[in-house]
Amino acid sequence: MESFVVNLLNGLSWGMLLFLISVGLTTVFGVLGVLNFAHGSLFMLGAYLSMWVMHLVPSFWAGLVLGPVLVAVIGMVIEVFFLRPVYDRDVSYQLLLTFAILLVLDDAVRLIWGPGYHVVEAPQILAGVFPLFNHSYPVYRLFLVCIGPVIGGGLWFFFKFTRWGKLIRAAAMDREMAEGIGIRVPLLFTAVFGLGTWLAALGGALAAPHQSIGPSMGERVIIESFIVVVIGGLGSFPGAFIGAIVLGFLEAFGTVFAGRIQMALPYILLAVVLLIRPRGLFGEK
Amino acid sequence: MGRNTSVKSQFISGVSIFGILALCPIFFPIYWTMILTEILIMGLFAMSFNLLFGYSGLLSFGQAGFFGLGAYATTISILHGVKSIWLAMLIGMAASAIGATLIGFLCVRRDEIFFAMLTLGFGMMIYTVAHNWRELTGGSDGLSLFMVPPIHFFGLEVSLEPPRAMYYFSLIIVAAAVYILWRVIRSPFGLMLMASRENKDRLYFVGANVKNIRLFAFVIAGVMAGLSGALFSLFNHMAAPSFVHWSFSARPVLMTILGGSEIFFGPACGAAIFFVLEQLVTSITENWMIVLGAILIPVVIFTPKGILGTVVSWFTDNKA
Repeated sequence: MESFVVNLLNGLSWGMLLFLISVGLTTVFGVLGVLNFAHGSLFMLGAYLSMWVMHLVPSFWAGLVLGPVLVAVIGMVIEVFFLRPVYDRDVSYQLLLTFAILLVLDDAVRLIWGPGYHVVEAPQILAGVFPLFNHSYPVYRLFLVCIGPVIGGGLWFFFKFTRWGKLIRAAAMDREMAEGIGIRVPLLFTAVFGLGTWLAALGGALAAPHQSIGPSMGERVIIESFIVVVIGGLGSFPGAFIGAIVLGFLEAFGTVFAGRIQMALPYILLAVVLLIRPRGLFGEK
Repeated sequence: MGRNTSVKSQFISGVSIFGILALCPIFFPIYWTMILTEILIMGLFAMSFNLLFGYSGLLSFGQAGFFGLGAYATTISILHGVKSIWLAMLIGMAASAIGATLIGFLCVRRDEIFFAMLTLGFGMMIYTVAHNWRELTGGSDGLSLFMVPPIHFFGLEVSLEPPRAMYYFSLIIVAAAVYILWRVIRSPFGLMLMASRENKDRLYFVGANVKNIRLFAFVIAGVMAGLSGALFSLFNHMAAPSFVHWSFSARPVLMTILGGSEIFFGPACGAAIFFVLEQLVTSITENWMIVLGAILIPVVIFTPKGILGTVVSWFTDNKA
């Protein structure tokens, strides 16, 4: 029972981080039609830049707010200069272009901050532990469990009820029609890519006190968030939520019931879903 | 340009490339001979990938799985007492053939991104096995091959330990494999493959079994990847989990894009550009990936035909 609750919380906290990252990936795919290979690198950049801000202005919260905004600006620059020329190309070229961006970002981070690992301390209020049965559990992970649904709910509200959210959904449904009725689609695309980048970077900033920061932290995340959006259904919001939670639980409980093949579970899940329901659990036909 | 002249010119260019490559070790120092060996092996890997990408329109992100199967099966069989290199390499190719048949059977049902994600997933399953089945694969350390047995060739015994011997051995094997790939592409089957890339529904309506065509291409590509993996393990004296990781699957993709997917030798040319650049860049800075990425971005944006593809189309455009 004890270990069950601990695993449950571990799974949820990682699942919520994964949800933030994947929802950015799936939004970008849903609107722009580009599966962004560099998404994991933007996640990593979020962790590094928020760490940088945290050291400049010695405040965790300043880093959490400003770091992802800086990364979002970088993301919008990437969209304007590199993605725009390839929107009408084959999917594989878009994948390759974003892969090239991944190479540049990963190595740039290694060049600036070095290949070593960095540690970020959680702020005072979230730093401690609280008693859970006979164990103690870090407060910060509970904070992660809570913040996921808050941001998810905010996004849902944004897409459902605000003017910008409606414009984005219109452009995702039919780009030409949206342009025809006077929506400035290129500007909207830049904004959406910025939003997706911001979500990835926010995930990175939130992950910073949770795990150590290193230049390869994006590599694991990009594959896991690919799996999340594919099993949830590319472009699907609830799909990303369910997919992320499932993957978080596989991570937390996998070692208990699967032992050494735990590492393969996400890939097995990916293959099974793609073969049975190629459009994912929540994907449209 | 007629098809026959293009076939002829391709064949002639292939033979002359082989001739030039055969002379290279005489003029090059040992170090560059070893780089050339790596280019040959990875060039074959990239060309086998391009049978799927360029000729069938299927972007596979799991080719390292078959490359790794070939490398591990060859290494394991030598370590378990197989004396003949030929037999060990055959076992390597058989392992990747079986893997490619099973995985291909499931993957060829999907297109585009879904195919890419499926192959990525299966490739990473093979990686997990290589990484976690410590008793057989040596886990994260991989397996080292302390001694590569000599090859027996018409009664002659040749050691593969000297780099030049390994180079000629690789050159002959790669040339044979490339010839087979070329024949496959030139065959009626190759034409059907390209038809399936252009419009698979129409091909299906005229009565072709698209899934079987794709599966056959997938298996050929997998076996060729396994062969290059087998060579790579002999060349490096080891098989390691990094050979199977998805980032290794990305290498033939990058090489193909660099060289050009529409030209038969494009991927191999991309492999050459990749390794020569790597040598030049790493002699100046450790951050080779940032340079590679910075080169790839304009290549993808401005020359979708790749570097060799663009050069070739300059020449053919002038002729026309």
